[in-house]
Amino acid sequence: MTLERHKYDVLVIGAGGAGLRAAVEAREAGLSVAIICKSLFGKAHTVMAEGGAAASMGNVNDNDSWMVHFRDTMRGGKFLNHYRMAELHAKEAPDRIWELETWGALFDRTKEGKISQRNFGGHEYPRLAHVGDRTGLEIIRTMQQKIVALQQADGREFGDMEAKIKVFAECTITEILKENGKIAGAYGYWRESGEEVLFEAPAVIIATGGVGKTFKITSNSWEGTGDGHALALKAGANLVDMEFLQFHPTGMVWPPSVRGILVTESVRGEGGILTNSEGERFMFKYIPDVFKDKYADNEAEADRWYEDQDNNRRPPELLPRDEVARAINSEVKAGRGTEHGGVFLDVSKRIPAEVIKKRLPSMWHQFYELAGVDITKEAMEVGPTCHYVMGGVEVEADTAAAVGVPGLYAAGEVAGGMHGSNRLGGNSLTDLLVFGRRAGAGAAEYVKSAGANPVSDAHIKAAAARIEAPFSRQGGENSYSLHAELQEVTHNLVGIIRTRTEIEEAIAKIADIRARSKNVAVAGGRKFNPGFHLAFDLDNMLLVAESTAKSALLREESRGGHTRDDFPGMNPDWRQINQIASFDGEKVNIKSQTLPVIPKELFDLFDVHELEKYMTPAEIAKGGSN
Amino acid sequence: MARKLNLRIWRGDATDGGLKDVQVDVNEGEVVLDVIHRVQATQMGDLAVRWNCKAGKCGSCSMEINGKPRLACMTQVASFDENETITVTPLRAFPVIKDLVADVSFNYKKAMEVPAYEHPKELAPGEARMEQIDVERSQEFRKCIECFLCQDVCHVIRDHEENKKSFAGPRFFIRIAELDMHPLDTLKNRKRKAQEEHGLGMCNITKCCTEVCPEHIKITDNAIIPMKERVVDIKYDPARMFAGILKREKRN
Repeated sequence: MTLERHKYDVLVIGAGGAGLRAAVEAREAGLSVAIICKSLFGKAHTVMAEGGAAASMGNVNDNDSWMVHFRDTMRGGKFLNHYRMAELHAKEAPDRIWELETWGALFDRTKEGKISQRNFGGHEYPRLAHVGDRTGLEIIRTMQQKIVALQQADGREFGDMEAKIKVFAECTITEILKENGKIAGAYGYWRESGEEVLFEAPAVIIATGGVGKTFKITSNSWEGTGDGHALALKAGANLVDMEFLQFHPTGMVWPPSVRGILVTESVRGEGGILTNSEGERFMFKYIPDVFKDKYADNEAEADRWYEDQDNNRRPPELLPRDEVARAINSEVKAGRGTEHGGVFLDVSKRIPAEVIKKRLPSMWHQFYELAGVDITKEAMEVGPTCHYVMGGVEVEADTAAAVGVPGLYAAGEVAGGMHGSNRLGGNSLTDLLVFGRRAGAGAAEYVKSAGANPVSDAHIKAAAARIEAPFSRQGGENSYSLHAELQEVTHNLVGIIRTRTEIEEAIAKIADIRARSKNVAVAGGRKFNPGFHLAFDLDNMLLVAESTAKSALLREESRGGHTRDDFPGMNPDWRQINQIASFDGEKVNIKSQTLPVIPKELFDLFDVHELEKYMTPAEIAKGGSN
Repeated sequence: MARKLNLRIWRGDATDGGLKDVQVDVNEGEVVLDVIHRVQATQMGDLAVRWNCKAGKCGSCSMEINGKPRLACMTQVASFDENETITVTPLRAFPVIKDLVADVSFNYKKAMEVPAYEHPKELAPGEARMEQIDVERSQEFRKCIECFLCQDVCHVIRDHEENKKSFAGPRFFIRIAELDMHPLDTLKNRKRKAQEEHGLGMCNITKCCTEVCPEHIKITDNAIIPMKERVVDIKYDPARMFAGILKREKRN
């Protein structure tokens, strides 16, 4: 049978917010674009983003500016962020939101008719553009419809709507192909038929999202299997700081079938409070020193803040996510958890029922239909859930180009650096817009100078053989069981709290599962066969888990989404270190790399006393680079 | 805790298929998608089912449960009698690919036929001002998660394959209504096009679409009926026709 082949200027792997924004930019630069979508078009995990998109438009509080947003982002990431990415993000986020409005997005409004903005953890001012609690859906639908608008324009010009931009839905990429050290395309299969397909393109943008399915309790859908992380590693790119996973503090805990499903931070932003089984509002006990001057230490002040934000400090429920997740974890471990191992989150006492239903409609719906809980009358039970990976492909900040692989780009959750050791809520939707656009522009620029780079037959044969392999084995391992085993290992041994011995055990166990996964056999045929699909997803998750565990072992400090029981404090020396994971074909190797020094003009945006909490005396004395 | 559930699953493809009976464990609080996953992991590794978020937000796991179009992730097993057999089949209005997965590409083709939003040229990014009350009308329709249950249940296409060519279906009537009610959209004649090009007139408002919508969008009352009424007004309003003639004369 002849192999299905396609040629494009740019191949975008992933059809969430970052991928679609990249595709729009590349198409508007005049290039032909293929969008690869593992699910149906418009189902990507971006739809699950609830709270909003952070951009310092200053519509609700005009003290806001990119500089305040930049500071909040760096604080949230405990200053491990790539400063240039955080700077670009803070500066460009408002334009990316306003641009969506010109594409038809309908955000909630202020009284003056501007885009409304809401409070969120770690953001000094109300900053999140939102649509109730379904902001991600609005963003992905807007971009999906923008893609259609571009296709309609192409239809008028070329007589074929899919002449220059085409969505390949339910298609999985198994390999990124290089020739002569540069990107040449990608190889994969149609989920529906199991048939193989080759894409030739001089530039590939990875926008595959996260890795949550590596863990047992997660807010991520089945797609979050770290495909892009693994594809990039195998193509010779690096992953940076894979030890940093964000455990969102509030996932559902009951019933078991919904364990991990996200409860948006907006519940706290709108006034929800956290209490333990003794009725204590416990977050006041967990305000770290670095945040003491920004968060209220008593209930009266915290309550006043909702009415008067200029003269009161914020409630501690709105601390960055890593702090809240650890606090909940400690309460439950101390025996003050709920019946099902969570804590209570209550919004019913502060807000009238009709307002809850209006501002948090999908939360009301979710609890009512899945847990039988009416959140306008009673408290929710919540606990931490694996939500987001801060680590990811090492990229150049301005172009989103993957370091070390000409023609490869990465944007959105799959890219690393932007969020440092912990992401602030709301920063991910604008991250994917800002860097999706930059990746599209970067790839377009590259393609204009790069010549055609055809894929060789040898590489096609090797990629095809890899897809066929699990079908030719008889009675081997079951991919579903291996996946469940891996999730137990990561959850128990490299989860929210880590120690050396447990991480070492995890590394050994992951290696063992990886060895056995080479023997996965698939029952049934090629046609829409989830067992077959999982065999490839599993391989990706194993590489991600290995990168996370090995990075976690080496980082002997606690920071953001990496907490070591045996090294509980933050260490300023470690703040200067990125851990870079690479793959040698057999195993993942980690090396240390020094963070770029923050330039003086950004350094000077902070009070030096604040920086002293994070940086070494030598860094403070230097005062940033010139 | 676990009890046994009798589940009847449609298995097969476009060429052949039928219902298969299985027994599977079910735990407290589980939804139909949970038990399908358990069957997949323990008994039928190649059982095809679409799903993504498992929280009612993405609209992927649409199927027919005891003959009714539903999201498998939002259908509690406990909502059926303990002894009842639960039957799951693929969406009937679309061609089956395999097992519980149907070919819904019809909907993506129709999406490409609805003319896109047109922003006022003179309005630069950031300059738009809209009242909350004005955006809410369109926001209701933008809650749509594209599960296509409304398309599946609509008898105009469910029982009449030949209508598919000229009928966009409820999902795209709300898309057109959403653009029509958008405070800033500048494209004219959306309602008339809905009537003439997308088959709005074929809908005879039985409200089946509204009943199955997991987002509780009032498809018929808030989108289809208002558009139908306005189309009638535009087409048969003598005053409007007279004004139109005057306008044309003035231009000439």
